[in-house]
Amino acid sequence: MNALRRNVLKGAAGAGTVAVAVAAGLLKPTQVMADWNAAAFDAKNVGDAMKSLGVSAPVDSKDIVIKAPDIAENGAVVPVEVTSNIAGTTSIAIIAEKNGTPLVGNFTLSGGTQGFISTRIKMGQTSLVRAVVMAGGKTYTAAKEVKVTIGGCGG
Amino acid sequence: MAEPMRIRATMAGDVADVKVLMNHPMETGQRKDAKTGQLVPALFIQEVTATINGATVLSANLGSGISKNPYLGFKVKGPKVGDKVVVNWVDSKGDKNTAEAAIS
Amino acid sequence: MKQQIIMKLLTGMAGLGMALGAATAYASPEQDKQELIKYYTSKYPNVKIEDYVYGALAFDADSKAQYDAIMEFPPFEADVEKGRKMWETPFKNGKTYADCLPSGGKQIAGNYPLFDEAKGKVVTLQDVINDCRTANGEEAFKVGDMKTMGTLTAYMRTLSNGMLMNVKVEGPKATAAYEDGKKSFFTRKGQLNFACASCHVQNAGNRLRSELISPAVGQAVHWPVFRGGDNLVTLQQRYDGCYKQVRAVPPAQGGTAMNNLEYFHSAMSNGLPMKASVFRK
Repeated sequence: MNALRRNVLKGAAGAGTVAVAVAAGLLKPTQVMADWNAAAFDAKNVGDAMKSLGVSAPVDSKDIVIKAPDIAENGAVVPVEVTSNIAGTTSIAIIAEKNGTPLVGNFTLSGGTQGFISTRIKMGQTSLVRAVVMAGGKTYTAAKEVKVTIGGCGG
Repeated sequence: MAEPMRIRATMAGDVADVKVLMNHPMETGQRKDAKTGQLVPALFIQEVTATINGATVLSANLGSGISKNPYLGFKVKGPKVGDKVVVNWVDSKGDKNTAEAAIS
Repeated sequence: MKQQIIMKLLTGMAGLGMALGAATAYASPEQDKQELIKYYTSKYPNVKIEDYVYGALAFDADSKAQYDAIMEFPPFEADVEKGRKMWETPFKNGKTYADCLPSGGKQIAGNYPLFDEAKGKVVTLQDVINDCRTANGEEAFKVGDMKTMGTLTAYMRTLSNGMLMNVKVEGPKATAAYEDGKKSFFTRKGQLNFACASCHVQNAGNRLRSELISPAVGQAVHWPVFRGGDNLVTLQQRYDGCYKQVRAVPPAQGGTAMNNLEYFHSAMSNGLPMKASVFRK
């Protein structure tokens, strides 16, 4: 059997798009960033981003607390903190729903790392900032609206 | 980007509070250069990994929607004062940077 | 074509007891500052004077929380580091900025601007830096160039963090310069015909479209700023921006008009602690 074809079939069985492409010889291994989920980060809407993250129908949870401003001072640097009080949190993804590519970051936690991530994100316009948490094999979500204005008296 | 990363790691009770400031333009590929009018190509940190005493505690995928000069804060239960925190990043061009700090 | 600048002194601010205009008796800077504080605190009794250093942020908890989050680990630390390298690099002749400045440049920014009797004019800390450069065989920086003077300032002024603003106005010539700056502050200018005071006295604490306006007291202590976390702006660069925003032709940075304005403006923050290189939106 054609080795290349075998690779393509093997790769398609369950690996991500990137792995398949590498196996098919379409992407040289040196070009590949191990584990960077291009499909998810290139997704242009929340639904596609979630699908590429392998998330479907996350449950709304009040145990996820999003600390983010009501009105962003500057959409280029919006401080966002996500705390997940759900036991066994293994990952937190942050999504700015109306950004051109909504997925902003996906954080995988291991060892004794707590369900907490603090970062600063860019927001193009007022939208929900959504957190998607994986814990114990299940997915949960919460969101908070952050308003972004075109302001600027600043000289 | 060769500018050094800054790491601050302190114990708060039995939890290590780790704060990292990376230096990187995090270009989305949609910004126009003020002088040339051309689009500045996308260039951003894609992966960040953090270890404490060699064990991975955080493995992050970032997109260009993370702000310029990325900031990351996370908390780890269990380490002790003196344990070594190492943070690595790789960007979309393959550039790398690493830094370490002892938990104080 | 010569621009005809229509200047009208701003009058009629209810409750503001400041002496304005050359014809009236000169009040002292301390009295002027107290009058402003009285004016602001009667409108906003719940805002503490110590918080005026945060400007508009003192009037909005959501904004202040963002400032605090970002200031915990500012994204512009590397830019301030560039300023530190500039500060510590000796001139070609081996001397450094610290050699020129009182106390090696530490805890001095609150004394500036000051009135230099020998020169007969107000000098700012940046003027002193340039004098240091030229005295040691280097070219002076352009005061309005953020890449050189701005970046150096971003580090240099942090050496005075915590110092209380302490601008002195003593003697008739200094007083005249102070009054000139005060007049600039209260004079309507530009196509929009606003004075600095139109916004920063009459409308401090109010919103101009989506922007909260800061009071004049407490403004001068927190410069330079990094707007959006990465856009460096010095105090006179901000004055320049304000002039343009009321569609007036700004005076030259580092010139007499701007320096006198900074002299008056800084005196209005006397007694408040300084903090350089901070985040603003």
